[in-house]
Amino acid sequence: MTKLTLTLEGDTHILATRRFKASPEAVYRAHTETELIQKWLLGPEGWTMPVCINEARSGGRIRYEWSDGKGGSLLLTGEYVALEPFGRIVHIERFHMPDPTPDNRIETRFEADGTGTLMIMRMTLPDSATRAAMLATGMEHGMEASYARLDAMSG
Amino acid sequence: MNGLDAAFSALADPTRRAILARLALGETTVMELARPFEMTQPAVSRHLKVLEEAGLITRRIEGTKRPCRLAPGALEEIDKWLAMLRRALEANYDRLDQLLAEMEASKEDGQT
Repeated sequence: MTKLTLTLEGDTHILATRRFKASPEAVYRAHTETELIQKWLLGPEGWTMPVCINEARSGGRIRYEWSDGKGGSLLLTGEYVALEPFGRIVHIERFHMPDPTPDNRIETRFEADGTGTLMIMRMTLPDSATRAAMLATGMEHGMEASYARLDAMSG
Repeated sequence: MNGLDAAFSALADPTRRAILARLALGETTVMELARPFEMTQPAVSRHLKVLEEAGLITRRIEGTKRPCRLAPGALEEIDKWLAMLRRALEANYDRLDQLLAEMEASKEDGQT
């Protein structure tokens, strides 16, 4: 029911959907208010977000710094493109590994769904190459697709 | 171009991804690679050069042959990013469910 789905769209998009048992307003606030973001946008178990800069306005900066408390850290930076309370957020983000990953433009929509919310998140990678690379290296799915392609070519 | 960029560029081509998929099965030669792909050996060699420069494969010399194989840890950096994305999303939304329940509960408290 609330399970996360990840699907592909066109050449450069990845679509994620997830249902929540709360109003679009509550889900939107959880995505845009610093003190709420720091409670859930934490990644793997045991990580915290000591630095959360989140200027929730068009052109505003995003900077999330995570820590595992054992010396491990991770940095994400980005910018807000558009915010339409409580239905739509568009932002750009990149991880620093420390090399920056290609810019990922993300449109997140929150639609009323009964008493809950359907979140539709559409990621747009800069080109099909980047998305293809993500998929090719996704091992569970990507390598399988490559094997299938190889089989087709060998046959 | 940094390492991650080079790896992404190298992986952009479907033939190169298929070559990597083949190499995941084990070391092979240019001749053996050229056959299923119905490509000339120079064409395969050009793809291998790109993969080698991106650090995704290694090649050794064995007589007149230059067998190639997946470089150890070649896809680690990108893999790390992807695994993180998937894990982060799933863990995050489970956590968000809890937070939303708490927000709802405190809202009801506030009203009573």
